[in-house]
Amino acid sequence: MNRGGGKNRREFLRNCLAGGVVLGASGKLRLLDAAEHSSLPLKSRVAIARDPMLRGAGQTVDSGRIMSLLDRAMQSVFELDHPAEPWKKLVRPGEKVGIKVNALGGRGLSSNLQLIEAICQRLQEAGIRAGDIVIWDRETEEMEHSGYQISTAAGRVQCFGTDRVGYEDELVTYGSVGSRLSKILTERCDALINVPVLKDHDGAGVTIALKNMYGVIHNPNKYHPNGCNPYVADLNMLPAIRTKIRLNICDATTACYEAGPGFKPQYSWKENALIVSQDPVALDHIGWRIIEKKRAEMKLKTLEADSRAPRYIATAADAQHRLGTNDPQRIALVEV
Amino acid sequence: MARSVDLDADGERDLQSRIIPAAGLPSALDRRAFLKCAAMAGATCSLGGFALPLPAMAAAALSAQDDSQFTVEAKFYQKLPNKKVKCKLCPRECSVGDRERGYCGVRENRGGIYHSLVHSRVCAAHVDPVEKKPLFHYLPGTLAFSIATAGCNVNCKFCQNWDISQVRPEQVPAQYAPPKAVAEWARENRCPTIAYTYSEPVIFSEYLMDTADAGHEAGVRSVVVSNGYIQNEALKTAYGKMDAVKIDLKAFTESYYRDAVTGELKPVLETLVALKKMGKWTEIVYLVVPTLNDSDAEFQGLARWMKTNLGVDTPVHFTQFHPEYLLKNLPITPVPTLERAKAIADAEGLHYVYIGNVPGHPAQNTYCPKCRRMLVERVGFTASQMLIRKGACPFCNQAIPGVWHA
Repeated sequence: MNRGGGKNRREFLRNCLAGGVVLGASGKLRLLDAAEHSSLPLKSRVAIARDPMLRGAGQTVDSGRIMSLLDRAMQSVFELDHPAEPWKKLVRPGEKVGIKVNALGGRGLSSNLQLIEAICQRLQEAGIRAGDIVIWDRETEEMEHSGYQISTAAGRVQCFGTDRVGYEDELVTYGSVGSRLSKILTERCDALINVPVLKDHDGAGVTIALKNMYGVIHNPNKYHPNGCNPYVADLNMLPAIRTKIRLNICDATTACYEAGPGFKPQYSWKENALIVSQDPVALDHIGWRIIEKKRAEMKLKTLEADSRAPRYIATAADAQHRLGTNDPQRIALVEV
Repeated sequence: MARSVDLDADGERDLQSRIIPAAGLPSALDRRAFLKCAAMAGATCSLGGFALPLPAMAAAALSAQDDSQFTVEAKFYQKLPNKKVKCKLCPRECSVGDRERGYCGVRENRGGIYHSLVHSRVCAAHVDPVEKKPLFHYLPGTLAFSIATAGCNVNCKFCQNWDISQVRPEQVPAQYAPPKAVAEWARENRCPTIAYTYSEPVIFSEYLMDTADAGHEAGVRSVVVSNGYIQNEALKTAYGKMDAVKIDLKAFTESYYRDAVTGELKPVLETLVALKKMGKWTEIVYLVVPTLNDSDAEFQGLARWMKTNLGVDTPVHFTQFHPEYLLKNLPITPVPTLERAKAIADAEGLHYVYIGNVPGHPAQNTYCPKCRRMLVERVGFTASQMLIRKGACPFCNQAIPGVWHA
């Protein structure tokens, strides 16, 4: 029986699609109008803090100096004078805070332990209970290999991988791939501090803040085709990720400019820096430039010439995603 | 504990409440043996129905999964500088850095050596009628000891078994099931065949090959239910050990393969042609998804391509889609759509065109292409009547292609 006034299902779907295109076009026009008439163009603030003496005379990062480096970067991003103040803007007492590290690179190229300790200290000074802080990544074993001391004791800072608690049963989707989220993210984090490492990536070009979210889903392998584009951007659109990330602190104490993401000493260098921003797209754009600069210094081809420019960064900034900006005119880069 | 999976990945749903296990393993499936087998199976069913028949497997379960026992060096890959590897198993040819995995999620680069993480790592095991694969021209009325590991090299939006195909092996419970044990369990469960199915056997090729060898040594055959998205060398090496193959041809357009499958059509067609040249008994399933791959042009294109490249005797099953995974917005395929597909393929001259996932539909039966008499009657996944004698129609002596004798 035809109940659609002469339209069959296929025609109906076609009409719906056409309607969507029209709406999308009109929506875009309105956005452009707004941008053109805005008198207060907002800029994303990215702070790079460097310390050539971060390791003193040795190889290990000095705890005191990295705390100082973190404070300088945070105060610069938030434009505040006191080291504790930025953290009070980020988190509230009683919140559960996750620190998403990157432990893929083992001891040589994972989120720096002294940096994580410094972040934990500042969070506690801002009123977060130790037991409400969880340091995490995908696999507990990888974290152990990277030097993390696994802890699940009550009242202490928690530290373990998603394999200990598993993934949600329900699929979440943005774009073409569906995923199950880490229960650490969904159940143990009101807020998320993203602590990636500055790295080259053989497929994606670079892996910094946006791509570090591959560690919160059960099937990152399904997000790697086409240089991870648009998959990195799509993944970061998931509400549980987008709404919980409060800050990105990129560990560039030791970084990688070629043959990443695994650790290869011959392709890593000591940048002795932190890159901090609330805008993951702006941070990734700046991080990419730093890697390109190092590649040029080492007489390597640009990532573009190597057919692996990280196009997902531009996708993350496009009108469909709007996760941040990759426009240099709209990034306030501060080196401290 | 191994899981029970009721659905094949491409939508071959278990629409029966109970599956009837055969009680005997006939040495030759002539009509008399078939009837005897079916009668005994019915008796078994009435005594308690179907339960996961893996007591031996359960007894062999390990207390904890040890990653190392499932890890073997992969067979199909190429080493690259900087400890990178290029996988040569499927046409995707993943370039995988150290400590990373391929798209399938079950192959990992460890220090420049590519490894399969799923050898003997069975996450689903089931005794199924071979009709459920579906293989209609292969030992009808017999059982297949069906196994799967986690992982898949595509990501079909309609996957019925995504909870094992779209996960990493460590994310799903599994048992250690070495090849010789699988062959023995198959024999214990009166299965003349081991079937590699449910997820995507391409990605556990090493295990498939070793198990097929063990099975053949024990007198048990092997069949594979696959998407056919595999490179030629791997196809010849791995599927060369199979006694029959079922290929899920998801659609007949590259756009569908790109958008709904995350794969490519062309390599799958090449696989079908290669299997034909290899002389492997092959059947095709085409899951008909409303609005996405159900046009007359696609059905006609498929039928003409089959006629030209595979011949008119290759069976094709047009099966009903059920909403699942990432395609929950579309309805179940209307039966008239499946009948339209069959009518088009029939008109193009294909001899064995079936309709699947519609219990009781007459197009589940096998008919003689010459005299049109019914030769195999099926009810659900059960072959209830088998009249083919010595590979031919008993009424007109028309040869009926297939594997009819154990």
